[in-house]
Amino acid sequence: MILLLKNISLPLADFVLQVDVELAGQVTAIFGPSGAGKTSLLDLIAGLRRPQSALIQLEQRVLTDTALGLALPPRQRQIGYVPQDLALFPHLPVRKNLLYGCKPSAPRDGLFSYEHVAAVLEIGPLAGRGVTELSGGEKQRVALARALLTSPKLLLLDEPLAGLDAALKAKILPYLARVRDEFQVPMLYVSHDRQEIQALCDEVVELERGQILARTYEKA
Amino acid sequence: MSQEWQIVWFTAWVSALSTLLILPAGLAAAWLLARHDWPGKSLVETLVMLPLVMPPVATGLILLKVLGRRGLLGGFMHDRIHLDMAFTWRAVLAAQAVMSFPLLVMFVRAAFAEVNPRFEQIARTLGAGEWRVFFSITVPLAWRGIIGGTILAFARALGEFGATIMVAGNIPGQTATLSLSIYESVQLGQDATAFRLLSIAVVLAFAAVWVGGWFLRQRSWRSLP
Repeated sequence: MILLLKNISLPLADFVLQVDVELAGQVTAIFGPSGAGKTSLLDLIAGLRRPQSALIQLEQRVLTDTALGLALPPRQRQIGYVPQDLALFPHLPVRKNLLYGCKPSAPRDGLFSYEHVAAVLEIGPLAGRGVTELSGGEKQRVALARALLTSPKLLLLDEPLAGLDAALKAKILPYLARVRDEFQVPMLYVSHDRQEIQALCDEVVELERGQILARTYEKA
Repeated sequence: MSQEWQIVWFTAWVSALSTLLILPAGLAAAWLLARHDWPGKSLVETLVMLPLVMPPVATGLILLKVLGRRGLLGGFMHDRIHLDMAFTWRAVLAAQAVMSFPLLVMFVRAAFAEVNPRFEQIARTLGAGEWRVFFSITVPLAWRGIIGGTILAFARALGEFGATIMVAGNIPGQTATLSLSIYESVQLGQDATAFRLLSIAVVLAFAAVWVGGWFLRQRSWRSLP
C-alpha cells in the first residue's frame, strides 16, 4: 500500500491535526494516547470529515485534494471502516448488516465473497441473529466482515479490541492476523496497546496532540 | 349517516389527508434542520415554527389573502383551472396542513436528532448514497418518533379552529369541521349537540395523544448496540 497523507490540516478542539506522511506498510499502526487525533485522522481518510487542507491519495487514486477542491464521497472511496463503537445497524439482523455494502455484481466465489469472509471469521452461524444478541467478540468479527465484504482497497480499524477483556482480546487477535494474511488488504490500525501492535503491525506512526512524534518499524 | 357523524367523518378524512400531504415536506424539513447547518438556518426554523405561536386567526387571514380569488395562489387557480380554494373543503385542508406542519417538524426533527450519526456515516463508507442512507438507516431508526409525530400532527389538524374559520368559513356539509360545529352549536344554544360533538372530540384527541405519546416514549436506537 502507498497511502499519501500530505499537508493534512484539521482544527480540533484543543489543537490542529497536522500530518504529512507517506505510509507503505501492510498494516500500519496509528499509536497514541486518547484524544491525540487518531480517530479524526481515520475519519478524514474515510471522507467523513472535511479537512482545512489535505492531499489524500491511495495508490495512484486521489481521494481528497483541497487545492483542487476535490473530495470523493465516502461511498466511492472503497475504504472499509470499522469504528471503535462498531456501528452495527441495530435494526437489521446480522446477515443484512453483512450484506449492506455488498455489490450485487460481486463474484460469489471470490476472495471477498460472503461465503469466504464468513468462513474466515467464523460468523456463518450468526447470520440469522439480531445484532443486540451478539457477544462483544462476535460483534467485532461481524463489523470486520461487513467492512471486508465491500472489497475494500484499505481497511481502517479504530481500536478494534478496546473494551474487550484480555481473554477476549487473545481470542480476537488471531482473527485480525488471519484477515491480514488471507485478504492482503492494507490496514490502518489505531491502538494504544503495544502488544496488539507488535502482533499485527509492520509500521507504527506515533501521534500526539495532532502531530506525528515518531515513526518506527515493527517485525510482525 | 347523521349530520353529526358526517361532520366527524369529514373532519377525520380531511385531517388524515392534510397530514399525509405535509409528511414528505415535513420529513425533508425535519431532516435538514436535524442534520445540516447553513447560514440563515435560524430564519428557516423561525418561519417553520411561526404557525405554532402566531394567533391561528392571523394565520387564517394570511391564508385567505393567498388562497382567496384575488390572492396570489387562489387567483391563479381560479383563472387557470377554475378551481376555488377559499371557503371550500380545500381551504380546510390548507388550514389544517399549515397549522399542523410545525408540530410534525418538531417531533420528527427530535426523532432524527436522536439517531446516532455514526450509523449514517458508516453506511456511506459501505457504499450507500444519501437516499439509501435516509431510507435504510435514518428513517427505520427514527420510525417511532416519525409515527408519534405524525399522529400528533393529525390530532392538531383534527382540532384546528381559528385558521379554518377564517379561510374556509363554517359551511354546513362543505367546510364544517368538528371544532367549528361545536362552536356553532354553543352559539345556537344546542347544548346536547355540542356535548355529543365535544365527547367525540375528547375521545379522538385522547386516543391520538395517547397513541402518539406511546410511540414517542418507546426506546429508539439512540445508542450503539
